[in-house]
Order: sequence, then structure tokens, then C-alpha cells
Amino acid sequence: MTWVVFLQNVANGLSLGSLYALVAIGYTMVYGILRLINFAHGDIFMLGAYALFYLVLVFTLPWWLSFIIAIVITAIMGVLVERAAYRPLRNAPRISALISAIGVSFFLENVGLVVFGGRPKPFAVPQFFTQDYSIGAVRIMNLTWVIPVLSMALLLGLMYLVYRTKAGLAMRAISHDMETSRLMAIDVNRTISLTFAVGSALAAAGGIMWALKYPQINPLMGIIPGLKAFIAAVLGGIGSIPGAMLGGFLLGMMEIMLVAFLPALSGFRDAFAFLVLIVILLVKPSGLMGQEVKEKV
Amino acid sequence: MRRLIQAVLGVTLLILLTSLTALAQSAEPIKIGVYEPMTGAMAAGGQMTWEGIALAHEMQPTVLGRPIKLILVDNKSDKVESANAVARLVEQEKVVAIIGSYGSSNSIAGGDVAEKAGIPMVTDSATNPLVTQGKKFVFRACFIDPFQGEVMAKYAFHNLKLTKVAILKDVAQDYSVGLANYFKKTFTKLTGDPKSVVAEVAYQTGDQDFTAQLTQVISSKAEALFVPGYFGDAALIAKQLRQLGSKIPILGGDALDAPELMSIGGKAVEGVTISSFYSAEAPANEVARKFVAAYKSKYGKTPNANAALGFDTYNMVVDAIRRAGSTDPKAIRDALATTKGFIGVTGSITIDENGDATKDAVILRVENGVFRYVTTIHP
Repeated sequence: MTWVVFLQNVANGLSLGSLYALVAIGYTMVYGILRLINFAHGDIFMLGAYALFYLVLVFTLPWWLSFIIAIVITAIMGVLVERAAYRPLRNAPRISALISAIGVSFFLENVGLVVFGGRPKPFAVPQFFTQDYSIGAVRIMNLTWVIPVLSMALLLGLMYLVYRTKAGLAMRAISHDMETSRLMAIDVNRTISLTFAVGSALAAAGGIMWALKYPQINPLMGIIPGLKAFIAAVLGGIGSIPGAMLGGFLLGMMEIMLVAFLPALSGFRDAFAFLVLIVILLVKPSGLMGQEVKEKV
Repeated sequence: MRRLIQAVLGVTLLILLTSLTALAQSAEPIKIGVYEPMTGAMAAGGQMTWEGIALAHEMQPTVLGRPIKLILVDNKSDKVESANAVARLVEQEKVVAIIGSYGSSNSIAGGDVAEKAGIPMVTDSATNPLVTQGKKFVFRACFIDPFQGEVMAKYAFHNLKLTKVAILKDVAQDYSVGLANYFKKTFTKLTGDPKSVVAEVAYQTGDQDFTAQLTQVISSKAEALFVPGYFGDAALIAKQLRQLGSKIPILGGDALDAPELMSIGGKAVEGVTISSFYSAEAPANEVARKFVAAYKSKYGKTPNANAALGFDTYNMVVDAIRRAGSTDPKAIRDALATTKGFIGVTGSITIDENGDATKDAVILRVENGVFRYVTTIHP
């Protein structure tokens, strides 16, 4: 393998990894605060892409405005999902909420099939994003750097929200002890709604970026990215926001390098990703940046 | 006297009753099951096939004096769902024959169920040889991949003068793996160089990022890329290949024949050359001309090969029921097996001892966002 090919693959890996990272930080944030693996995250991601698709198609709004409205719409949908499917199970065993999340995931996929139709739709990509150029012999397009930069910016914004604001303090308090937080006059329902709004907005941003890079959207498009983001979140230590970012980049890079160095195994890329999940769970269940949680009895 | 009247009355009643049931039976519809991917990655192919079937049904809604009822089940582009769909058609709907499905993996899974149940099945566009292999009740209306792979390999070697190609296949699809192998076999034989396929890389249904594989293809210095996958993947592959700065031609098989290739791929798919079953620009016969006109007036667009094959498959099944003169699945199966010189939109169909049809292939190329007819290749 020549240096040029290797560097091209590094660019490919960064670009794929940053997409995983973007989806994974929303995943991990919801888990960190509620201890709920939101399996519907990938489907919220799909809704984000469709929201933008229809805003551009039907209302022909300028691109940046549609982008913001699509994210807001998806955030509202995330809050509605929480209100309908998770809040009634707040005091139920954790497994009930998990099963409810799987139900929401199937529900959204099938509603998507009925409402949007099963045929993949072409996603309109503004010229700016696909503008490509060469650096040396490495081909880069604007999306290749836009996605990591956006991911980083959203990561910093999220860290600020969780660690530097009062709402973030409430979130962290709830993640420690929901009952006591309530006694301390924290509005638990509102804080959890906010958590879902932010998580879903991140999913929407991820879905839109994904659709810009792979401009073909269908109602089942969220399944694989959702699973990959889940692996990335576990790899980085589920619940840890910077960990999810790291996990996403690592997973994307590993997948690309697997294909680059062992092209004969290129068909087993997904199997490899799940193998990473199994190994991490066996060797270091808390992930790379996660903290061991001691259960108090 | 009273006994005589009673007897006459009894006989009359009996005759009336039997004729009534016969009447009821003749009015009862004949059920034909259809399973196609109406959702999922192959939805475009399945939906266009269904449009062709529905049009054929509209033009020929009865056989043996009874109406035909089509029962459509969505197989969601999935093998397991295909097997379930056929089981449902057989057990619940009690169909006498089955049409489907787009996608060889779907047809192989569905065909197993139909074969065990003893219900004849005709696949419209599944080209992998395994679909009919060793099965007595499964037939097809299209050509098979050993022929298609040969057609594209010869086209690449003779017409495009290529000596080094790369292959990017979908390992989760029997169609893709099969076609890649047949292409490779003929191409290496033509060039006389087993290394003339300079890169053979793979992906899996559902993958959307092909940059690593394509970087491999580019560094292998291939002169062209053969993509024996489905239209949606091929559109993304073409886009990513161009974004990586490569301008090599892209070749593919019949599964690229869908408008989605152009609507998703845009400028990147210009020049993509594929083999397919038929072209609306070069109708083979009078049936094809009529079909194109009827399809255009019903759906307001030009039919692709899958619509044509859906149309042909329905007519082939109805023709077999008519020749069998009964709705007994076994009789229909025997009639299908002896189909000879059936004139369809996609040419003349004769079923051989394997249950396959031998037919011409056409070469199409994308020009200004539409498939244009290049040439016809005879087996």
C-alpha cells in the first residue's frame, strides 16, 4: 500500500468515523442521563433526514433555514416519543423501557414505510458540500471536513450544556438519583424532555449529514447507522460523551482500514464491527473512557 | 302418483343444486399470488414489476371463463420475508400459481417453499441459476446469469477493448456473487490472463460507504469497474468513485435498470453501461409496441425491463392455465414446463428442461439521465 492510498483511506475513515461519532453522542447522552438505551435513536435519525427532504421539496425554503427547521421538528418528535412511550414507564423496571424503545423503533420504521413509501428517495445535496478537490493525490470534498467540524462543534456545545449550565446540572443530578433530585425541586419531567429534545436534535443533525454523504434516503436507513453508533458508544464507554466521539472515530477508522488492508474480507465489515462490540463487552465493559459504576446496595 | 311427483321433484332439485354450485364455482375467482419487494432496498424493482403485472391483469382479467384475482404480498426485499410471503400465499390464500420475485435471493427462498407445497412459481427477473436448479415447480421468464456475465465480459473485452477490470460485489446477494463469478470466468478466459480482474472487493446489502473499496479499485489501476449489484448501491458507488477522482467506466447487470440509478446518481452515472432484458426504444415485436403504449397511457412514463417482465410473467402464467384447462397446480406446472415460443414483450419465451428461458440481452447506456439502447446480443 502506497502512502497516497493510505492517506486517502485515513480521509475516508475520518469522514465515516465522524458520522458515527455524531450519531453516537446523542445516543450516549440519553443513556448517560436516563440509563435507557434508546433503540429508536436510529429512526429519529431517519425522521430528521426526511424532515429536511420534504422541507426542501415542498416549501423550497433556503437550505440553511430548512436545516434548522428540520432539526427543530425532529427534536419535537423526540420529545413526543418520550412523552408517549417512555414517561409512562418511568417507574417500571428498566427492561420495560428498553422493550418500549424497540417498539418505538419498529413503529417509526413502519409508519415511515406507509407515509414516505418504501422506494428510496434521492436527497438533494447543495453543490457546496460535494465540491471536491485534491490535496496532493488525496481527494477530499467539502463534506469530508464539514462533518468532523460540525461533530466537534456539537460535541463542545453538548459538553457545555451538560457541565456548565443549570439545566445540565439538573440532568446530571437526575442521572445520579431521580427521586432525590425531585425532592431538591428539580423538574424531572422537563429536564428529561430537554434531554430527549437535545438527543433527537443531534440524531437529526446526524441523519442530515448522513443523507448528504450518501444521498439516498429510505425509511429503514436508520437501522445500520443506529447500530453502528451504539457500538461506537459502547466502545467509547456508554454514557461518556467524549467517549462516544472517540468510539465513533475509532470504529469508522477500523472499518475502513479493515477493507484497505484486507480487501478479501471487505464483505465482512459489519461482522467486524459487531466483533468489536463483543470483544469490548468481554474485555472492558465500561469502554475506553467510561467509568466503572459501583452499584450501591 | 304421489311418489312419482316426489321423485321428479327430487331429481329436479338435485339438478338445480348441482348446476347452482357449478355456476358458483365458475364465478369464483382464480387466485394468483404475487410476492415482490414493495419496500426496502429493492422497492423500485418490485414496484415496477407490480405495475407490469397489474397492467397485464387489466388487459386480461379472466381465464377459463373465471375472473383472476391477484394477491400481492410484500417481501420487504428480504429472504426470510420472501419465504413467509410464499407460505402465506400457499396456506392462507390457497393460490393456484405464484409470480415473483425481483431479486434472486428472494426467489430462491420463496421457490423452496413453493416447491415443497407443489404450487408452480414463475419468477419475473431473478437471474441466478440456483433459482430453478433442482426444482420442478419453479420457472423463470428471464435469461440466467451465466449468459449475462458472458455478455458483459464480451462487451468489455471486444467493444470497450478492456484488459484490466475491477469487480465490486454484494456478498449478501446470490445474484451479485453469481454474476461476479460468471463475468470473471469469461473475462479471464477472453484475456487469457487470470490476473486481468485486478481487484475483487465486496460489500454487504445496507452498506453506504464504499470509499475504502473504491480506493482499492483505483490503486489497482483497473480500466473499468464492474458492479453486479442493485441500483441504489450502484448509484452511491458511482457517486463515490467520481468523488474519489476516478473517471473509469462503470459496467453493471440488469439490476441497475431503474430510474433511481439516475435520480440518486445524477451526473456520476453518466455513461454507465448495463445488460438488461429489453429496451422500450427497440421493441422486439408487436406485443412490445402495444405494451409500451398501454403502459405509458396508464402510468405516464416509459416502462423499464422489470415492468415488461412482470407483464410477460403474468401472461405466461395465464397462458399456462388456459392450456392446462384447469386450475390444478400440477396441471398448470406441466403446462408451464411445455411453454414454447410464447411471444412476450421481452421476446419469445421457451422453457427448457431446467425451467429456464433462453432470451436475447440488450445493452443499455446512461446518456443525459436516461437509459439509451445500444445493441441486442443473441445467446
